[in-house]
Amino acid sequence: MNEKLMKAKNRKISLGDKIFSIVNVTVLILLCLITIYPIWYVVCASFTENTYLVSNPGLLLRPHGFTLGAYKMALTHPLLLSGYRNILIVMCVSLPINILLTLFAGYFMASKKVLFKPIIQFLILFTMFFSGGMIPMYLNIRGLGLYNSLWSLILPGAMSVYNAIICRTAVEAVPESLTESAYIDGANDLVILFRIIVPLVKPTIAVLLLYYGVGHWNSWFNASIYLRDNDKLPIQNIMRAILIANSNVLNSAAAENDRANQFAEAIKYSTIVLTTLPVLCIYPFVQKYFVKGVMIGAVKG
Amino acid sequence: MKADSVNKKNSQVLGKRLVRDWNLNKWKYAMIVPVLIYLAFFCYKPMYGLIVAFKDYKLTRGIGGSGWADPWYKWFASFVSDPYFPRVLKNTFLISALTILFGFPAPILLALLINEVRNGIFKRMVQTITYMPYFISLVVMCGIINVFCKQDGLFSQIAVLFGGAAQNYLANPKYFRTVYVLSDIWQKIGWDSIIYLAALAGIDQEQYEAARVDGANRFRQMVYITLPGLMPTIMILFILRMGNILNVGYEKILLLYNASTYEVADVISTYTYRLSFPASGTPMYSKSTAIGLFNTLVNVFFLLVTNAISKKSTKSGLF
Repeated sequence: MNEKLMKAKNRKISLGDKIFSIVNVTVLILLCLITIYPIWYVVCASFTENTYLVSNPGLLLRPHGFTLGAYKMALTHPLLLSGYRNILIVMCVSLPINILLTLFAGYFMASKKVLFKPIIQFLILFTMFFSGGMIPMYLNIRGLGLYNSLWSLILPGAMSVYNAIICRTAVEAVPESLTESAYIDGANDLVILFRIIVPLVKPTIAVLLLYYGVGHWNSWFNASIYLRDNDKLPIQNIMRAILIANSNVLNSAAAENDRANQFAEAIKYSTIVLTTLPVLCIYPFVQKYFVKGVMIGAVKG
Repeated sequence: MKADSVNKKNSQVLGKRLVRDWNLNKWKYAMIVPVLIYLAFFCYKPMYGLIVAFKDYKLTRGIGGSGWADPWYKWFASFVSDPYFPRVLKNTFLISALTILFGFPAPILLALLINEVRNGIFKRMVQTITYMPYFISLVVMCGIINVFCKQDGLFSQIAVLFGGAAQNYLANPKYFRTVYVLSDIWQKIGWDSIIYLAALAGIDQEQYEAARVDGANRFRQMVYITLPGLMPTIMILFILRMGNILNVGYEKILLLYNASTYEVADVISTYTYRLSFPASGTPMYSKSTAIGLFNTLVNVFFLLVTNAISKKSTKSGLF
């Protein structure tokens, strides 16, 4: 009854409100177009012949002279392939470590009646506001003998404190009676964490996996200072060489192939599509988890 | 005598507490050990490494072997008297201020607009599309900016359409900040609006009902109910943002700038990067560390100040 009344009221829209709605929707549609167009342009350009791109620069609304040449070039590029391999290695080793440490830290910070919890928690949270910075970290990596090894991309980011807070919030939401009864049955904390907590916080673990995964996939700066050999670089650094720096990373590879010139422009776009596609493809399916993650993080700010 | 026995008793109680705590929580402590090892090696050891800022660091001698700087503030003084000091400080504050000025309200505005949409499908579509750029990596994002800004790129074509001249926008110092700030908004506006949309969902609907009865139109409802309802969220995010005032997106600047735009694009972090990893010559690790420490301290200062102001004026703060 009440709802019907409200709907009836809503239907009585004044002229001012109508104009407001129209302007609102128009602005949002424009915004969507501005967001979508650059992405669409890149996809179109990746399928377009280089000659067309060079002679007809400017607005591209659809692919011209559909060709997969640029993709063939990109996918047979030795450095791109090693870039994909390296980032996959880094992710496969990193993610289990990330999740394990985050669960441990989250579980610990959520626990009560632990004598040294305040000081340990302070030690964890303090690192959010204060850090050594670029050079001390770089010297540290060298000192630990991780320089020019893929471990230099895995270990320094083994756990994010922000994510540990998200995890703590999730663990705190698990009813205490569940863990209490497990204690009485003689289970230790490890058993409780993996048998009781983990199954209940699965959605949060999914969010954490996504955060860490996208973070690893997109990062490039550390690799650019911690690694020396080109064949150890992950995909984003190879992308940087192709797209931005006229770096010598690719010169040797490009020179031996005349076809490189034929697709010089298009190969840029096809590599963009190839590195962004994996993320954008899974994105619609996991969007709601991401949104959830933001909210969990927001609660504890 | 008496005090001694009390002390003895206290230490006994403490001992008992420790034993009890260990028996109860040993697994929890076992769990946190790997985390603490990680923090020790990759967070606290670099913090110890900050003493490089007070030394004449030589890579071959290591931190312990290098001598102390004389005077101790040598590298800080060297930074302040550096001819580049005014330039990088100005650029850092300017780029940061512009990003806050335009980039901070943008997602709030978007959240308000999305909130006013009545059609659920359209609403979800707008959200899905505007979140998308957030997942494009920085390198790819800057790569796209790079090709669009070229002499024969998309932006020049559009400029020509409207009677302008074709040019390389990234090589022109006049446009660097615009490109930086606009692309930043493009990438983050949707994602940053999520948090505000969540806060909007929590506003009591009866307030709107009451305002409607009082004859407030939708714009007035937005100004007098929605915005005040968002204020605590806005304040917290603003404090967090202020705590990063000197942390401009240096990774992005590194990808976008070049020698011709240094005068407007070079910020503190990019300058330290070039000092430590120069194309030629010896890296200046000590000076670079000193500048980094200065940067962190200014950030912590701004975080504390904004937090204090916010606590006084709006009663919402971080700590």
